[in-house]
Amino acid sequence: MKNKPHDLPGDVSPKELNLTEAAVAALREQGFSRRQFLKGSGALVVAFSVAEFADTLGIAPEKMLAQGGNTPQALDSWIAVGADGNVIVYTGRADMGQGTFTVQMQLAAEELSVSMNRIRMVECDTGMTPDQGTSSGSQCHPVNFNQENLAQACATAREALVAMAAARLGSSAGDLVAADGVVMHKSDASKRVTYGELVGGKRFDMTIKKDAKRKPVQNWTVLGRSVPRVDMPALATGRFEHVQNVRVPGMVHGRMVRPPSIGATLANVDESSVAGMPGNVKVVVKKNLVGVVADKPWQAIQAAEKLKVTWTPGPALPGQRDFYNYLRNHPGRRDALQVNSKDVEAKLQGAATRVKATYLHPYQMHGSLGSSCAVADVKGSNATVWSSTQAVYPLRGTTAMVLGLQPQQVRVIYVRGSGCYGLNGSDGVAYDAAVLSQAVGKPVRVQLTRKDEMVWGENYGLPFVVDQQVGLDANGTIVAWDYETWSASLGNRPGNNAPGNVASGLLLGFPPQAVAPRAQAPEPQNFDNGNNAVPAYVTGRVGGKNGGTGTIASERVLTHTVPSPFLTGPLRSPARLQNAFAQECFMDEVAAQVKADPVQYRLRHLSDQRLKDVITDAARQANWDARPSPKPGSPRTGIASGRGMACVLYEGDNGYVALVAEVDVNQDTGAVRTKRIVVAQDVGPISSPDGLRNQLEGGALQGLSRALGEEVTWDDQKITSVDWATYKTLYVGSNVPAIESVLIDHPESEAMGAGETAITIVAAAVGNAIFDATGVRIREVPFTPERVKAALAQRQGNQTAQVV
Amino acid sequence: MSVFTLKVNGQSHTVDVDPTTPLLYVLSDDLALKGPKFGCGLGQCGSCTAIVNGRAVRSCRTPVSTVNGATITTLEGLGTPEKPHPIQKAFIDEQAAQCGYCLNGVVLTAKAFLDQNPKATDEQIHQAMSTVLCRCFTTTRMMRAIKKYATERA
Repeated sequence: MKNKPHDLPGDVSPKELNLTEAAVAALREQGFSRRQFLKGSGALVVAFSVAEFADTLGIAPEKMLAQGGNTPQALDSWIAVGADGNVIVYTGRADMGQGTFTVQMQLAAEELSVSMNRIRMVECDTGMTPDQGTSSGSQCHPVNFNQENLAQACATAREALVAMAAARLGSSAGDLVAADGVVMHKSDASKRVTYGELVGGKRFDMTIKKDAKRKPVQNWTVLGRSVPRVDMPALATGRFEHVQNVRVPGMVHGRMVRPPSIGATLANVDESSVAGMPGNVKVVVKKNLVGVVADKPWQAIQAAEKLKVTWTPGPALPGQRDFYNYLRNHPGRRDALQVNSKDVEAKLQGAATRVKATYLHPYQMHGSLGSSCAVADVKGSNATVWSSTQAVYPLRGTTAMVLGLQPQQVRVIYVRGSGCYGLNGSDGVAYDAAVLSQAVGKPVRVQLTRKDEMVWGENYGLPFVVDQQVGLDANGTIVAWDYETWSASLGNRPGNNAPGNVASGLLLGFPPQAVAPRAQAPEPQNFDNGNNAVPAYVTGRVGGKNGGTGTIASERVLTHTVPSPFLTGPLRSPARLQNAFAQECFMDEVAAQVKADPVQYRLRHLSDQRLKDVITDAARQANWDARPSPKPGSPRTGIASGRGMACVLYEGDNGYVALVAEVDVNQDTGAVRTKRIVVAQDVGPISSPDGLRNQLEGGALQGLSRALGEEVTWDDQKITSVDWATYKTLYVGSNVPAIESVLIDHPESEAMGAGETAITIVAAAVGNAIFDATGVRIREVPFTPERVKAALAQRQGNQTAQVV
Repeated sequence: MSVFTLKVNGQSHTVDVDPTTPLLYVLSDDLALKGPKFGCGLGQCGSCTAIVNGRAVRSCRTPVSTVNGATITTLEGLGTPEKPHPIQKAFIDEQAAQCGYCLNGVVLTAKAFLDQNPKATDEQIHQAMSTVLCRCFTTTRMMRAIKKYATERA
């Protein structure tokens, strides 16, 4: 089992633990490993079946402590202190590989004043941890590190412990100090009491206090440091258990048989086609969901390949070549206005110059390295699911719907999977495993094929068409910005009640969340830039207040969402990346049009100091060559070099970032090589500098891979990007630059997200660098050699923006 | 079904399986090892890598019948959390992982290559890693760890 509650890495052989097989099975059922029971603190905590569980293990029930359930307001839902002073911390925020497990331990150690090695952490388990919804949107860090949730629970607990100590020691709380799990008198060290003596084995029985005081940043000793990740030794030595490694007693193996394309329906399953195959093969059919189960994985794979299934094809797909026009012309669209100063038409008409352009972004994949996997054990009216979902509580609800159970009858235990970056097949494959397990009455493990992951397993990142037009005054300053987008949507995260938002739920007959048409957008009531649809350079004026970061007062942002032929989902930086690509490249075009330096031109149209600061810092670190683009005197054949800048305030309020890319464009082949990436970022107080850098580096290079090669492809019937040969990605050995990062610490401000900042602006910065090098503007992602070469072949003079 | 003997991570194992079974499933299911992982089943990503008789192979495309009697090493066979192999230590020191799913393929591919090519240039190392995938793109840290190990062992 995975390290949960987390124990410092190390292997203990089952023999040492001397547990019966039944006890091991019970442990597994409860989501514990053997080792944790042996080494765990005196305050072993389980949420249900305490007596039965304790009996199985031969542990006296009174040594266990039932916690506060999943109510986020109850302090006992978050923290339990054992008689030995060890602390169990419960979190509802999943570490998918970002390092949040370790940094949450740092947070707890800091706010509780205990050392990290006294902390065991339990992560995302509907049987044990508070309901924190979905770990998403670059919110894992902010949500537990600001004035709420885990941070506030720890601060509340520390104050409560000091108050208890004051009563016990007959001192005033002000004369006491907590350090390393002990409360002592500031001037009399003999007056001391440990956390274990104060509360060990008992409940706090109180709610989280909103006014409990967090430790000031200048007093931090554990947070703010680059603590090595606690999971790293286990990962590097093959001891870590991913969900793909979960094995439970009596488990059999499932394999799904998917229709060739979305919309196809089941016509016939010929079960006799697998008769007599080895491994007790069973065929399971539920509506359009088809799977086989066998004793061993290879038997299930062979049976699935041999099973004769006939499908009735779904509707033909809109052609890929004309797809962007399909988006633009779809009649069933939903319109929304983010800002509307109502003078854009007039200002554009009166402008000295107008510039316009259209930008295009394709569907892209999460493309998890490991195909999605889950293990489910459905026994009568109780189900346990081991899943790498980012949303254990929502998955509990939708799995219950799929199985015809109540949510309380389902337990979802998070086990990390392969990196997800949004919505891979984790939720859907949990339904697959649950349905198969319910049908055969045994625990079933299902891992998708590569093709099923890419065609059916995941919900693609959003395609976008963006039209933009700006008006300039006689000085070349932008006076009006008109921004209009068309995107496509079908399904999404399943949330609490929509299993049909992912493929498996759809096949089981649940409807996906569809686009509700609305031809007339209502006027905006509140400024919300969660999708970064509003360019950074406009004022974002709604309801008499400027919510944006820029100075351009004449502004309109109109978005259209149309039904997507494929399932879509929140791929890392959903819509934000696509919008930033269009806006930041267009800003560059306009700067080139007026022959302004792209950095200076950005600063000239911004009002937000923190956004200006990251731009200035990135430019300084990169030794930015201040001049207009394109680069004068660049060669027209062979290698041309250039630099580009882009910036964003992610989600309008969740992380400031600016990025400089330097590229070489091989003008003979069209190949783009990125030589240097400099990122400057301000996300408030920094909890772990190295963890932050790791996220920045990975985000920047994932952004580079998406900018240079990644694109979902299809023909008139089916998806054709079905593996790593047909979906182009960068590899470990690809020639990529080291990422230089400038981390700006703002300890006084709120913590913001860092997982989706850099990735949002890589395509824009690289596109701008290609323009700087060659004078050619590529307005469509990805910048494949073929596309770049084709654009270079069209080059006449210095290509500048379209002036109207 | 046929009986095969494999020496895995220093220990001899006998398995009775369908001879067409890919080595990956023998390692991850019959022997319950956590290192080798299914990524694509096509030999395109490296997640399933095992070192077989000194060479890195993609175990998802290697029928067990072709490796009978072979000496096989997986990621857990190199070292332990308490006593990691130098290349594993380099990855820990560089904090060179995010989700960690790819580490089996990344570490074993690099180790097998450097064992056979101890004087490899940076470019040759890049080439050796050019079909190994990390979709968290922890790329720069991994290459740093690999080069650190290459320098130390040379």
